[in-house]
Amino acid sequence: MAYPISAEVLTNPLLHKIKTISGQNLSLCYQCGKCSATCPLATQMDLMPHQIVRFLQLGLEQVFDAKSYWLCATCFSCETQCPRGLDVSKICEALRTIKLRNDLRDLKIEKLPPEMPQQGLVSAFRKLSPY
Amino acid sequence: MQSYLYFPGCSLRTVARDFDDSAQACARALGVELKEMQGWLCCGAVFSNVADNIMTNAGPNRILARARSEGDTLVTLCAGCHNVLKRANLQAGRNAIKQEQINEFNEEKYEGGLSVLHFLEILRDRVGFSAVRDAVKAPLQGLSVGAYYGCLLLRPFDEMKLDDPHRPSIFEDLLVSIGCTPVDYPSRTECCGSYLGVGSPDAMALLSRNVVQSARSNGARMLAVSCPLCKYNLETSQKQDLGVSSDSQPLPVVYFTQLLGLALGAEPESLRLDPLQVQAIHGGMHTTLENVSQT
Repeated sequence: MAYPISAEVLTNPLLHKIKTISGQNLSLCYQCGKCSATCPLATQMDLMPHQIVRFLQLGLEQVFDAKSYWLCATCFSCETQCPRGLDVSKICEALRTIKLRNDLRDLKIEKLPPEMPQQGLVSAFRKLSPY
Repeated sequence: MQSYLYFPGCSLRTVARDFDDSAQACARALGVELKEMQGWLCCGAVFSNVADNIMTNAGPNRILARARSEGDTLVTLCAGCHNVLKRANLQAGRNAIKQEQINEFNEEKYEGGLSVLHFLEILRDRVGFSAVRDAVKAPLQGLSVGAYYGCLLLRPFDEMKLDDPHRPSIFEDLLVSIGCTPVDYPSRTECCGSYLGVGSPDAMALLSRNVVQSARSNGARMLAVSCPLCKYNLETSQKQDLGVSSDSQPLPVVYFTQLLGLALGAEPESLRLDPLQVQAIHGGMHTTLENVSQT
């Protein structure tokens, strides 16, 4: 699939927003792919972690169509490997946060596994619901 | 007698009473007092991963402020709570402007001065593993155990600093001191799936299954954990596999404090070990001893 890119990327408000929410400087990434090599769920992702960063560097808002940032479990494996000091889990969190702040996903309380420890339930609400 | 403030957290007071009670039994046997702090509340379960919202730091900072009014060291058990409180504590020292905003919001001031330590660190650095070894009454001789660190005890490394993030040994060193044979397996620091059990249960099962298979294929007879959510995920994925997988018996998952307590001479009931878990522990020891006597 072709993704047209243009110089407008430099003024794309999406980039600024991701930087503000994640605190991460996306231009540091030089696409070595170590984050994707270590991510335990990379095989299940439509866009792998380094590709998410690349899409954002190029200002491609199609990144929101990916499911991968909902699969990030914030295990910080990528963070321990990145030679540029980036934390991709924070970038995935920023993508989720933008969606959630627009109320675009709703976690139904009746869908929660009843035996799951509170720790899991609270985490899920913090990560996957807009509340 | 060493005495420390103790933060139990929500899960340890409900579904993970076995972790709470067994840790208290271990502490008593080692001459350590874990004194429950006053007025604790939910830590929030995850440390905020966004830079532009400080609301989520209100809870952990209230806990830190209240703990500081009682002492200078706060001990945790749940890996999730530990991750949140340790990082909130570090942030208080690193970001003065943010901290002032949080304190104003909370109307409870936390200005640092607390050490947040995991019980494993108390055992290693304050009690000492050699003292643990001396206190062992019934060594779990030869029991092959996979120590499972998961994510939150170790990462982010520059904040957690519990041990080497790639080759940690604190868990294994404790197991050695109580007579166990720790098993080295590749997935011991990999993610169990965490909260994905809620939104993406298949992804959770994939990760947990990987941990269990990695430990089993390297000879583990059981897994020792320090996190109620890891335990739940590792057990749930195995329950789903019953009848489907070729492994006839699930790999038991216990808290490290249950193994430690047993070695220190506590009764299985006081550690809330169920008969199947006790059987698995004794079975594991006997098998290995037979193997040793044959060679």
